[in-house]
Parts: sequence; C-alpha cells; structure tokens
Amino acid sequence: MALLQIAEPGESSAPHEHRFAAGIDLGTTNSLVATVRSGEAVCLPDAEGRNLLPSVVCYAADQCQVGYPAWAHQSSDPLNSISSIKRLMGRGLKDVSRLGDVMPYEFVSSQDSPVPRIRTAGGDFSAVEISSEILKVLAQRARDSLKGDLEGVVITVPAYFDDAQRQATRDAARLAGLNLFRLMNEPTAAAVAYGLDQKADGLIAVYDLGGGTFDISILRLNRGVFEVLATGGDSALGGDDMDHALGEWIIEHCGIEKLDAGMSRQILLAARNAKEALTLSEAVEFSVDYKGQSWRTEIDRHQFDDLIRELVKKTLQACRRALHDAGLKAAEIEDVVMVGGSTRVPLVQSMVGKFFERIPMCELDPDQVVALGAAIQADILAGNKPNNDMLLLDVLPLSLGIETMGGLSEKIIDRNSAIPVARAQEFTTFKDGQTAMSIHVVQGERELVSDCRSLARFELRGFPPMVAGAARIRVTYQVDADGLMSVTAQETTSGVTADIVVKPSYGLTDTEIESMLRASMEHAREDIGLRMLKEQQVEARRVIEAVDAALAQDGATLLNETELRQIQTKRKALESAVDTASADELKNLIKAVEDVSETYVARRMNASVKQALAGKKIDEVEV
Amino acid sequence: MAIHLSDLAAARVQHFLENRGKGIGLRLGVKTTGCSGLAYVIEFVDELQDGDEVFETKGVKVVVDQKSLVFLDGTEVDFAKAGLNEGFQFKNPNAKDACGCGESFTV
Repeated sequence: MALLQIAEPGESSAPHEHRFAAGIDLGTTNSLVATVRSGEAVCLPDAEGRNLLPSVVCYAADQCQVGYPAWAHQSSDPLNSISSIKRLMGRGLKDVSRLGDVMPYEFVSSQDSPVPRIRTAGGDFSAVEISSEILKVLAQRARDSLKGDLEGVVITVPAYFDDAQRQATRDAARLAGLNLFRLMNEPTAAAVAYGLDQKADGLIAVYDLGGGTFDISILRLNRGVFEVLATGGDSALGGDDMDHALGEWIIEHCGIEKLDAGMSRQILLAARNAKEALTLSEAVEFSVDYKGQSWRTEIDRHQFDDLIRELVKKTLQACRRALHDAGLKAAEIEDVVMVGGSTRVPLVQSMVGKFFERIPMCELDPDQVVALGAAIQADILAGNKPNNDMLLLDVLPLSLGIETMGGLSEKIIDRNSAIPVARAQEFTTFKDGQTAMSIHVVQGERELVSDCRSLARFELRGFPPMVAGAARIRVTYQVDADGLMSVTAQETTSGVTADIVVKPSYGLTDTEIESMLRASMEHAREDIGLRMLKEQQVEARRVIEAVDAALAQDGATLLNETELRQIQTKRKALESAVDTASADELKNLIKAVEDVSETYVARRMNASVKQALAGKKIDEVEV
Repeated sequence: MAIHLSDLAAARVQHFLENRGKGIGLRLGVKTTGCSGLAYVIEFVDELQDGDEVFETKGVKVVVDQKSLVFLDGTEVDFAKAGLNEGFQFKNPNAKDACGCGESFTV
C-alpha cells in the first residue's frame, strides 16, 4: 500500500512519478541524508534509528563496509579503515605527503594517473571512489525511506572548497550513480534550514564547531542570494579537543599513573560522556573502569567551563579574523547560526552569544542542520515547490574581470564565487578631460587580457570632462542563476550609465576551462613579471603626460633654462625606454624624472597656494 | 457523505501545517491518471475553490471537491510506517481494484 506525502497546492505528482530528492551532508567525521516530506525537512535514519553515518569506509579482500561496521574496525584494522577522506578530496600527491603524518595510510600513484590512491586489502582507491561509497549508502537509505528512486541530490561542501575539491565531490556523486542537482556551501545550507533565505537581506555568521574542525563563515544575503564574504577557522580544533582537555583533568584528578592505549581510550570515552551529560546537568558523577580497576569522580559545569574556555576563545579569535576580512563588526551580524555537535556545549553558546551580541540560533539539531538545508534546496530543484520559491546557487568556474590600462586584467568576481552574484568596483580616468571609457569584459585567471577570454566590449560615453583621476566610474557585474551576466558602468558624479548583457561561459567546454586553469598555474611566474612590466609602462606614460601638461602650463615661468633642460633630458630618456626597458629599469627612470622635478613640483605648489591666497585677508582663508 | 482521519493522521496533518506556517487545511481528491484509472491527491490548501466541500474532523479542515467526493465518500486516511518509509494511507471502500503500488485505483 502506497504511503503518500502532502504536496504543495497544485503540485501533486502522478503515481510513480514522484520527484523524490535528498540533501546530503558529506562530512569529514559523519555524513547525513535528509529529505522533505509533507513540506517538512527531516533527516532519514537507518533501520536502527541512527541519523549519523560515520564517514568511514573499510575495505576487505572481498567486501567494502561503510559507516558503523567500518568505524568498529578502526582500531583493529587502521590501514584498511579509511576515515576523514574529505580532507583528501581534490588533492594531489604533494598535498597528501604534507598530510602524511596525520594520515596513516599507504599512498600509491601511477604514471598514467596523478590521482593519489590508498592501498587497502581490497585494492587501491582514490578519495573520489571512497567518498562515492559513502554516498551510495546514504542514497540507498533515502531510496528505502521514500520507496522510490531519487530524482536528484544536493551535496554540501565547505565554503572554502576550491574548484578541484568541488569537482572531486561532483565526480564522487557521478560515480555513486546520483544526479547531482548542485553543490551547496555548508554555511548556506545551515542558513536555509533556519529559513533565513526568506528574508530580504541580512548579514549572517555560521559558527560550525564539529568533532575535529572549526569553520566560521560570514554570509551576506541579498534578495535571496547568499554571498560568502569571508571564511576562516581551524582544521584541527573541535569537540575532540574538549574531550582531551577533560581527559587530562581526569588523569590528574584521579592520580592515574600507568597509561596505555586502551586506558587512554577508556578515559576519552568517559570524558566524552561527561561532556555530553554536562550540556543538561550542572554536575555529573562518572567512573573510569579498566582492567578491574575503577576510578570515580565528579565534575561540575564550572570546572568543565574552565577547562575549555581557552578552546572557545580560540574559535572567537578566528571569528574576529573572519569579520575583519569581511570588513564588518560583530554587532553588524544579524543572525548567528550554530552548526556541529560541539555547539551544544552551554559555554560555547554563551560565549558566541556574547561575542556577536545576540542569541545564537540553535533550535534545530546542530548535527542535522546542514543536511536539512540541503534537503530543502533539493526539494525546490526537483520541482516540488511553486516557482516563486526558487532559490538558485552555483559557482562561477573562472574569474570575471575588466581590462585596465596596459592590457591588464583586473578581476572583479573571483572564480568559485557562488552565483547569482553581484559585485562592483570603482575605476577612474587616465587622462585629463577624458569623457568616455571603453569597457572590455574578460574571463580567466591570467594577468594579461590577451591570455584571457574576451567576452564583450562596450563604451560609457558622455560624462563631463574632469582631471585624470577625478571621475568615479562604478562598474557593476551581475551574474544570474543561469550564468547570464550583465555589466553596468556608471560615472557616479554625473550619473551617466551604460550596460551590456553577456553569457560568460558560452562556448567554453569543461576541458577548455580546465586547460585555462592549468595555464594560469603554469604561467603564474611569467604572468606576474609581465604584469609588473605593464604596470611600470602605464606609470611611465602617466608621468610623461603629467610632466608635459605641467611644463606647457607654467614651465617657462617657474624654471630657468638649465632646470628645464634637465627635466626634459630625463623625460626623453624615459620616453625612449618605455617600450624596451625592463620593469626595474623603468622604475629607476621614472624615479629619475621625479627626482629632477622635485623643486619644480614644490614651486608649482607654492605658486598655486599664492594664487589662491592672493588679495585675501587672513580671516577669509579657511584652514 | 463523510471522510475520516485517524488520530495519528490528524496529528501529523496539524504538525505539517504548523511547520509550513500557512494553509487552511488538507485537500483530498482524485484525478484521472495512473496505471489503474484514478489517483489520490493529497495537498495543503491555501484557498478554497468553487465546488469545494469542507469537513471539520479532529480539528483539521478537510477540503474535497464535489467531483472527487463521489469516489472518496467513506474513506479513512491513516498515517502509517513501513520499514523506513512513512506517509498517509487511503482506506477507500469505493476502490474495487488497486494497482500493485496502491497509488491508483478503479471504482
């Protein structure tokens, strides 16, 4: 007998055509799957009623186990039980060797594939393959719970994941046979779970303190679009550190002397249970039993708080840094969302609340909140909601920029920015009396425009003539959810505007994007050299122009012949070298012109001050 | 003419309506589709339409259009769990023959 869910008005699907969708939180320590049933986002438990699936995969010669059974093998078979695989997603061998001391696995790589693989009893596996095993188990749980196949899934990734890490996550989904609607940033998912996307705009901090990692993300919501302003954190700070701090207290307090691995595990387990109990109780009594010996002790919340205060302070330092990066003050944050099991600790909630000067949101289960947000997004993308609830988020594959003087590309929207996105930057004029500006829109990571892809050119005309540098031209980039981009340029003092619509990634295949990215890394050094040269060339031309303009105005009156000749010699030397000299040479030549003109500049300044003050009484002059 | 909700079904409907934050009740109906002729409709109701009949049962407003009512009279809606799955179940005395999945039926 079919079990039906309540649909939105008019959105009932035909039998056997239900659009089932799931949100997956593919975590470092634990993973979860959630869905929307009868309009409510819920996590889907396994047959034993457990929501969490430990992100551990254990390979034996003939089988592969995922979750709790694999987790149980961790201490007995550490080399074949792979945990924390998320840390290796999208990483090369070099990154892996850097992590070598914390990852006990044996890595292999072959000539034809640069992807590092972990050698296990069941064969060699890459991070993508191992992650896909976790995804397969979660997807199967969702199919069993919904009694139907999944239309698609949304998988969450940390906001700081780069393109390679996101691509690896995409590949894992494909390998698991899942239709990936899209990747979603974890902090965004948490904010969506709390319905913050329903607000018009706001500044949101997502404080994510898990078992072994801490992440802080500052988001700006603008008309239903989340923009990541800053991220920060500590990849080795979490609830486990609290267990360790409490464990050490137990060892000291109980006078335990002889410690072996089993004993340490027992103590950590006791510490963890005590920590969890202290969330609800003011004090707990507990015991450590090991090999016939038993220690009993008691700890109250004040004592525990003293043990972990430094840890929480560390997280707040990261919050302060992230706020600084975002250019915000703590009091400007409107909503604080708590994610991760460790945010249940009362001291964490109170210290975070005090820091941001508001009560943090922690009504939803902090372990589930990311998966719930992903499920809400997946439900919308599967088409189970009326269109006006549409929420779209994606990332830009390559940076978008604008050509500046000297053929340089100035990036306005960095690659991996979530779209839709809007960003603006101010430019100014290069020449006195300039009344128009040609705007050249480019995409790519390279420093020179000629190495990037040209997308569009348009002109902003008719703003009033001003001295070079006085005009304020605000160029706004907007990329909508379908990747359609519009560029608006406005001269802000006169209000003159011009705009154009382009499709940025049109005609760029995945391979092209990949080779463009690779080229930007290969050419990084020479690109920077070229950029420096171009910048000096632009500066040289500006100096020549300024000298010419000044000399034409008052060179004859303020300078004697020798001085004039000296300036002109240096100016000529600079002019003849502009196209041939190196960046350093140009820098010296520019400096030579500036040095020789120093007295001239001083005299010009005095002259203009004199002119301004001429014929005025002392009290008419505003200081 | 009447349609009933089991206690559990009524409680779940109320919970889902509260969670959704809007809506005046639960729409039950049939539409001509599916492998055996007719399929059940179960939706939230934001506004009533012409020809809607409203029943109040266990604190829940159940909305049925007159055309569907013919096929649904005497139906009891229950909320059930089967393995990991859970959802609403129609017990309809008018249904003579249901397809294997029970999502559609004939009268």
